Amino acid sequence: MKPAPFAYHRPTSLDEALALLARYGPDGRVLAGGQSLVPALNMRLATPAALIDINRVHGLDGIVMEGDALVIGALARHDVVEHSALVARHAPLIAQAMPHVGHRAIRARGTLGGSVALADPAAELPACLLALDAVVRAAGPEGAREIPAAWFFRGIYTTDLREGEIVTAVAVPVTRTGWRSRFDELARRHGDYALVGLAVHCRVDDGTIGEARLAFCGVGSVPVRAARAEAALAGRSPEPGVLAEAARALESDLDPPGDVHASPALRRHLAGVLLARSLDALGRG
Amino acid sequence: MRSDEGDVDDTVTISLTVNGAPVRRRVEPRQSLVDFLRYELELTGSHVGCEHGVCGACSVRVDGVVVRGCLMLAVQCDGSRVETIEGVAASGEARDLQQAFAVENALQCGFCTPGMLLTAQDLLARRSNPSPEEIREALSGNYCRCTGYHAIVAAVRRTAEARGRG
Repeated sequence: MKPAPFAYHRPTSLDEALALLARYGPDGRVLAGGQSLVPALNMRLATPAALIDINRVHGLDGIVMEGDALVIGALARHDVVEHSALVARHAPLIAQAMPHVGHRAIRARGTLGGSVALADPAAELPACLLALDAVVRAAGPEGAREIPAAWFFRGIYTTDLREGEIVTAVAVPVTRTGWRSRFDELARRHGDYALVGLAVHCRVDDGTIGEARLAFCGVGSVPVRAARAEAALAGRSPEPGVLAEAARALESDLDPPGDVHASPALRRHLAGVLLARSLDALGRG
Repeated sequence: MRSDEGDVDDTVTISLTVNGAPVRRRVEPRQSLVDFLRYELELTGSHVGCEHGVCGACSVRVDGVVVRGCLMLAVQCDGSRVETIEGVAASGEARDLQQAFAVENALQCGFCTPGMLLTAQDLLARRSNPSPEEIREALSGNYCRCTGYHAIVAAVRRTAEARGRG
């Protein structure tokens, strides 16, 4: 349970970090909060030649408004995001999800950019970004680019990031008037990985669900939008019959995996439970 | 350190304070903070359990924040202020909490206790009167494999109440 030897670099600028990443290629790994990478190093699931520790790179940890977008820097730690007034006001879905991310000691170190770049299928933030139509910002040898969340997450621990690229921030469209958010998840123990998690972002007009965006985590290789359930809810009042219809639609929206923690059938069941709970909570304001 | 260093055989010089005392050492980049504390400084109160961030036995404070000592590298703590259970015990800041653990039989083998104390002390610093549910949530990242959690929660409640009476 000790890491294999590696070289250690601690750049202080993004350009310096990108140059180091270019130098090592796939043998270099970016160290941000380390709450997933260091376990992988300890277990020797990862044996990089070099770690490029970006914790002291300047300017990557801000949380700022840019027009209609809330921009959260990649190095913003989970506990900072959790307690940010800007996040609570403009992206309440993310604020609600943060307490579910690991334990407090993990949130003290873990970063938003690390969670996004890792793309763990059970992680909360990718589902939130998908529900909110957020954009992932990356920088690399060919410059900066923006990748919609719906395109960014490609598979288990697999993203659209190219070799040599680093996530620098996410840009989240601010939550507009009339939209409500709810994040909830079911886990064996608080702070454990979610068996199933659900990010709901919906527009409510006069007691009717105008538009519903449902993004699940823990039910596939990437965060999953439940398109049929969303369609079942759109333009309807959240009455028991409508909710039952949406829950039935989840059967075809989701194809969850089974593992040592839960069978596919249990995950399907829990997805329905979460949907009902979340819509009920949203209905009560 | 210089950031242009980088052979795998390199050791790196770090300077930090540990329990208030300045420390300067050469370390291998791959050495975890908790191994550094235990092997280099012989501060063996921080325990090594799972080594992947699950059990909380290695909890230490870095710049005032409780973190997993197994998930930070010693080299990352260059310039930081590290506090361990030895420092917290010596300062007396958690003496009442330690006594409450004894009164409530909240420890048996003691392996988890340093991490429990640091985590509970952190909670009590933020919340003066936490409910049992809040205590359980705060301690959810710390495993105890012998007494179970009821006595630990009771010890934290007892401390909160006593501090509240001030």
